[in-house]
Amino acid sequence: MHPAPSIILFTTLSGLGFGLLAFLGINMPGSTGFIAFVFFAIAYVLAVGGLLFSTFHLGHPERALKAFSQWRSSWLSREGICAVAALIVMAIYGFGRVFMDQHWGLIGGIGAVLSLATVYTTSMIYAQLKTVPRWHMPLTSLLFMAFSLAGGALLAGQVQIALPLLIVAGIVQIAYWLLGDKRLAQSGSTLESATGLGHIGKVKAFEPPHTGTNYLMREFIHVVGRKHAQKLRIIALGLGFVIPVIALLLPFGHMLALVAVLSHVAGIFVSRWLFFAQAEHVVGLYYGKR
Amino acid sequence: MTTLPTSTQKKLGLVIDLDTCVGCHACVVSCKGWNTENYGAPLSDQDPYGGDPSGTFLNRVHSYEVQPDEGAAQLIHFPKSCLHCEDAPCVTVCPTGASYKRVEDGIVLVNEQDCIGCGLCAWACPYGAREMDASEKVMKKCTLCVDRIYNENLPEEDRQPACVRTCPSGARHFGDLADETSDVSILVAERGGFDLMPEMGTKPVNQYLPPRPKDTMEEFNILAPYLEPVAKDAGGFLGWLDKALDKLPGNSAGGAK
Repeated sequence: MHPAPSIILFTTLSGLGFGLLAFLGINMPGSTGFIAFVFFAIAYVLAVGGLLFSTFHLGHPERALKAFSQWRSSWLSREGICAVAALIVMAIYGFGRVFMDQHWGLIGGIGAVLSLATVYTTSMIYAQLKTVPRWHMPLTSLLFMAFSLAGGALLAGQVQIALPLLIVAGIVQIAYWLLGDKRLAQSGSTLESATGLGHIGKVKAFEPPHTGTNYLMREFIHVVGRKHAQKLRIIALGLGFVIPVIALLLPFGHMLALVAVLSHVAGIFVSRWLFFAQAEHVVGLYYGKR
Repeated sequence: MTTLPTSTQKKLGLVIDLDTCVGCHACVVSCKGWNTENYGAPLSDQDPYGGDPSGTFLNRVHSYEVQPDEGAAQLIHFPKSCLHCEDAPCVTVCPTGASYKRVEDGIVLVNEQDCIGCGLCAWACPYGAREMDASEKVMKKCTLCVDRIYNENLPEEDRQPACVRTCPSGARHFGDLADETSDVSILVAERGGFDLMPEMGTKPVNQYLPPRPKDTMEEFNILAPYLEPVAKDAGGFLGWLDKALDKLPGNSAGGAK
């Protein structure tokens, strides 16, 4: 798949933002007043900023409101609704925390659940697609949730929770890569099943339909950078999980915490780039590119 | 509404004969011609006369080489457009309701006024049947020429998809695949029509007919005995001429003895 910067920014930033909102919703940290304001501001900049980036890849962003209508069938529509609901509920809760020195537990709890639900619906946009076997597994949702929770705990300054969550997220990441690498072969989709010509013999793409490229090839048949995939995986693991865990294990300091956060975010960006760049869409079979 | 109808009254679709398709791309051209000036936004081209041309097409023809275990490889031309699937994944993923499947005839369409150009329907399609128009930024797909097949302003013989109407080798057929007595249903039953990528569970309406088995030429050489050189000992006039010419000085062309 084409790793569109707008989608990578969106899923990474909003995943972190909603993860932080989830922890804020359950009173972690339980600060109020200006400190709470800073935490909520960071969470909203990430979550809303990510959502804004997602509109950049739309052909007609001016019609985006229509996307709230099809929640019965569409995960993208459900995501939009969950995101707006989470942001509204958490705004009410945040108002109490920042300006009224109040912790409205029920509202915060609902906001936390909605925040995590938003991350889950984002993950299902990808996990639902049978056409991308690497994404079409429950582990994709687990990956998004684990990243969001680990990043959220890290941003919320919950060191004792962030440590195990970062380790778990790193393990989920490795499992996602190991299992994901086998998914296309397991899907049973081949050039033979795509053309129905396998009963005659081995099928080979002889001539493409056109001399140039097209939308399908640009969007679904991304091969640039695949050769560096293994190196990038190690970089993603190191930045995303190993360095933050080491930084958290060292005696606490604000500079170290900043290093942990920045390193984690950079690692998640690399991981998310790979998530798209390595995903093989089955339409590539028709073009002999799998 | 992007939920799929539980059933449709008709299943209009195409039957594509991989045995007779000659790969001329006439269907591609007629499709682009009709659909760029009728239903919805035009099908734009980018850099059409330059070094890197690309454009929106609703129908494309691939060519595949199939190598049997024994014998010569076969070249098979393979037209591909929207298969108007019964269980169309492109419809259910649409967040705005722009994509829909019609209850009356099963045609999958895009309401371009509602399309936000998110591209998710193209991601959900295993066949590459949907293309985002780079100029209009909305999703384009085969309409089964919905503006021809019911169009009473056209002569009756033209009330079929442009690709079917134009195919010079009769490789494309249009009809109702829900009706077991229709010509297309009989063709599918007799020729063993099949689904593309059945493992995707999309239940495509369009069917493909496999290439017929190739004839094999038997090795025979009943003429071979008669192809031996016949004039070993030429006599008569030609024999005399042969000897006479040999006696002349110089080399005879062809090296005859």
